[in-house]
Amino acid sequence: MTAALPARGCSDTPVLKERGQREVFCGLTGIIWLHRKMQDAFFLVVGSRTCAHLLQSAAGVMIFAEPRFGTAILEEKDLAGLVDAQTELDREVDRLLARRPDIRQLFLVGSCPSEVIKLDLHRAAERMSVKHAPHVRVLNYSGSGIETTFTQGEDACLASMVPVLPATDARELLLVGALPDVVEDQALGLLKALGIGPVRCLPARRDADLPSVGPNTVFALTQPFLGDTHAALQRRGARHLPAPFPFGAEGTTEWLRTIAAEFNVPATLFEAVIAAPRARAEKAIAAAAQTLSGKSIFFFPDSQLEIPLARFLTRECGMTAIEVGTPFLHRDLMAPDLALLAEGPVISEGQDVDLQLARARAARPDLTVCGLGLANPLEAEGLATKWAIELVFTPVHFYEQAGDLAALFARPLRRRALLQNLAPLEAAE
Amino acid sequence: MKLTLWTYEGPPHVGAMRVATGMRGLHYVLHAPQGDTYADLLFTMIERRDHRPPVTYTTFQARDLGGDTATLFKTACADAVARFNPEALIVGASCTAELIQDDPAGLAGSMDLGIPVIPLDLPSYQRKEGFGTDETFLQIVRHLAKPCARSEKITANLIGPTALGFRHRDDITEVTRLLADMGIGVNVVAPMTARPSDIARLPAAHFNVLMYPEHAESAARWLEREYKQPFTKTVPIGVGATRDFLAEVGTLTGLPVKSDTSRLRLPWWTRSVDSTYLTGKRVFIFGDGTHVAAAARIARDEMGFDVAGIGCFNREMARPIRTLAKDYGIEALITDDYLEVEAAISALQPEMILGTQMERHIGKRLGIPCAVISAPVHVQDFPARYSPQMGWEGANVIFDTWIHPLVMGLEEHLLHMFRDDFEFHDEAGASHHGAAHKPREQGAEAAPAAADAAGSMPAPDAPLSEVANDHTDPQTADILWLSDAEKELKKIPFFVRGKARRNTEKFAFEKGLTRISVDTLYEAKAHYAR
Repeated sequence: MTAALPARGCSDTPVLKERGQREVFCGLTGIIWLHRKMQDAFFLVVGSRTCAHLLQSAAGVMIFAEPRFGTAILEEKDLAGLVDAQTELDREVDRLLARRPDIRQLFLVGSCPSEVIKLDLHRAAERMSVKHAPHVRVLNYSGSGIETTFTQGEDACLASMVPVLPATDARELLLVGALPDVVEDQALGLLKALGIGPVRCLPARRDADLPSVGPNTVFALTQPFLGDTHAALQRRGARHLPAPFPFGAEGTTEWLRTIAAEFNVPATLFEAVIAAPRARAEKAIAAAAQTLSGKSIFFFPDSQLEIPLARFLTRECGMTAIEVGTPFLHRDLMAPDLALLAEGPVISEGQDVDLQLARARAARPDLTVCGLGLANPLEAEGLATKWAIELVFTPVHFYEQAGDLAALFARPLRRRALLQNLAPLEAAE
Repeated sequence: MKLTLWTYEGPPHVGAMRVATGMRGLHYVLHAPQGDTYADLLFTMIERRDHRPPVTYTTFQARDLGGDTATLFKTACADAVARFNPEALIVGASCTAELIQDDPAGLAGSMDLGIPVIPLDLPSYQRKEGFGTDETFLQIVRHLAKPCARSEKITANLIGPTALGFRHRDDITEVTRLLADMGIGVNVVAPMTARPSDIARLPAAHFNVLMYPEHAESAARWLEREYKQPFTKTVPIGVGATRDFLAEVGTLTGLPVKSDTSRLRLPWWTRSVDSTYLTGKRVFIFGDGTHVAAAARIARDEMGFDVAGIGCFNREMARPIRTLAKDYGIEALITDDYLEVEAAISALQPEMILGTQMERHIGKRLGIPCAVISAPVHVQDFPARYSPQMGWEGANVIFDTWIHPLVMGLEEHLLHMFRDDFEFHDEAGASHHGAAHKPREQGAEAAPAAADAAGSMPAPDAPLSEVANDHTDPQTADILWLSDAEKELKKIPFFVRGKARRNTEKFAFEKGLTRISVDTLYEAKAHYAR
């Protein structure tokens, strides 16, 4: 039920830029999924108790095992210069690597405090790489809240890996973005059926599978928030294949079509490969679209997935977008999606949360996509909400998940309908 | 620098948030970078609050540094006062803002905001969440409490409950009832439920009930000094402690102790024969000092457990917990390092853990049942039902909560008797827990521990140490299990296997044995029989 191409997309829509209080995680949060994706990597945040508490709170119920991330908490004596922070860091890393001999990649992750005191983690990573080579490679990036929001942490992490990727002249396709393994396997399966290969992934599940890169590498982004990684790969000579992001039947088809065109896949083969999964996706989306069709949606900024998702929900699920907020708008990467998104919604970048809440209350959307700090308060005001974080922690890409993606948005509306005869909410407290 | 995997406490500004969010009509302007807003979700998700915490974050970015972050802070203060119209403002810095030294206190003080402004000095790199609650509440009380006449009737303030507290919501109700039975009214409950204007009239009460020393002891001491208000030292968690608390209230007020105990069931429940199986169960207790001290007393004197180990994560309570441990003939473990707690539990092999959500996960991994007694909290710690820890109903709740993770009396015996039944075996878990039934593979060795979807029991795949001697105790590290003895050990149900192994190894060590045979196992059993 994909709509026709819009007469006017949002490519030229003026962007409402705001700054103020932001209800968005910092980039450290990406560690929560990155450490599961890269099974031999350890993420060591150099920061404060707040950083450790954030990771723990965002990780929620994942306290099952000794995690592959931790925080080296700066103490008073580190700040007062009574001890050399670099020496302290060396000691903690030595201990860590001694206890975890399975670790092959170590990321030193900068935080707000380490950035403010200008602790040079790049120098530390270089020094440790020499010391622990060849067994462990040590890299650094910043996940600090003064520089990154939420998914930008993954971007910073992947961008830090690009300069150390081996060089190659091979003609290869590189898929960029951390995907759940099952989803990544589906994408690799589709590309293989199209006769495209070899295909590599960044990040790789294990250090040994790290891809190479060079002037004959072409790459496709699977996540919309990878601006720095995009730039870093281009600096290595790789070429980007711009496409809508692979959410929904249409997004997946257009994403695959772009790659297929690059690899000269015959149109008949392309149609034959995608026909069945696309039909399945459309069928599954149609089920959820019964609930979503005709409903309005308002996105608070969170993961930078907002514009592609608004494109999916408006074009394939019949929703109307009122405002599409994104923490950061990367125009180049977002161009194909913006062109498909019919004009109408406010496109906003950044956030002043109280002003945006006022707009949402005035618009009374049928569904509001927002972070965990806002969801229950808005529900208590009578607005149905969808936690944005679920969109990052759930397999939602490509054909086989398209129905699940639509269903994530439909569920809060279905739940409201089911509970409509319950006694109304009383003013709490 | 110290490596931390999981933390028991957040930074001190989260403690300040717990005070501010518990109160009404107070607003907190926090000088902080983007990302520190994560703390909002603690309240809106874990506690299911239907309002955003009353906190404005200045949200400075890298490009603001070296520029004018001070103006950003002042604008945030002015906006917050205009938008939320609070009766008072608390101002402070998170860890990053502390480094840029903008002096929120001075900045806010220089503005004419028309309401009291209370500066907080919470050193993020030295102190933690508990200090944050205590210090914030002290500063609020110091700034806002005003001299006033004592109430005509005898009244008390209930001080200490905060947002995100372990069952604070229901403890307030229970303590209010206890006082009402003696004819004592409640003047103010604070921080939870209080407005700044309520803080002003704290001195009208005749005494303070210090519910949670972690959060309000400094304020209680200050009120005692400034306003001659005595405060209660006993925390009424458990039957004995509640009786002591009432006696203390009687002494403070000169009123006779009166209490309606008709709804108190713990004493009979624990004496009824079904509870016999609780006798001497070895428990390890860990959490905040207040709840640990209360739990230790209940465990020994009201449940008939054997307290094998205690400890707390908050250093402020180290001294009382160490003293308490001496009474129990054990060493206290004072640490906020999760791995140390795990090592202690692993070495002690208790039959049950009374701990925090962290210990619940340790228990899952080690195959040891756990009941949660203390913060840090989880969404499960905010049940919809009335579920206090304090007072008579609190004692009832504790009895139920603590026995829930255990395999119950007769079921335990049947598991001992028919331990080879392929359907009804120890790995299937307690029959009152909701996990899928797992028939044992025919002929398979007893290995993994039981499952429970609710999480209070070991996960289905929790590896139970199958090494006959896991070498956690250096004394017994050289003792080896002969294979027959090892097989016999595996026939013992999982919930007592750890104890059997430990006792046998200890027995062997004391006898100077280096090999454990089946005979050694049963000699040890006879030796430790009770």
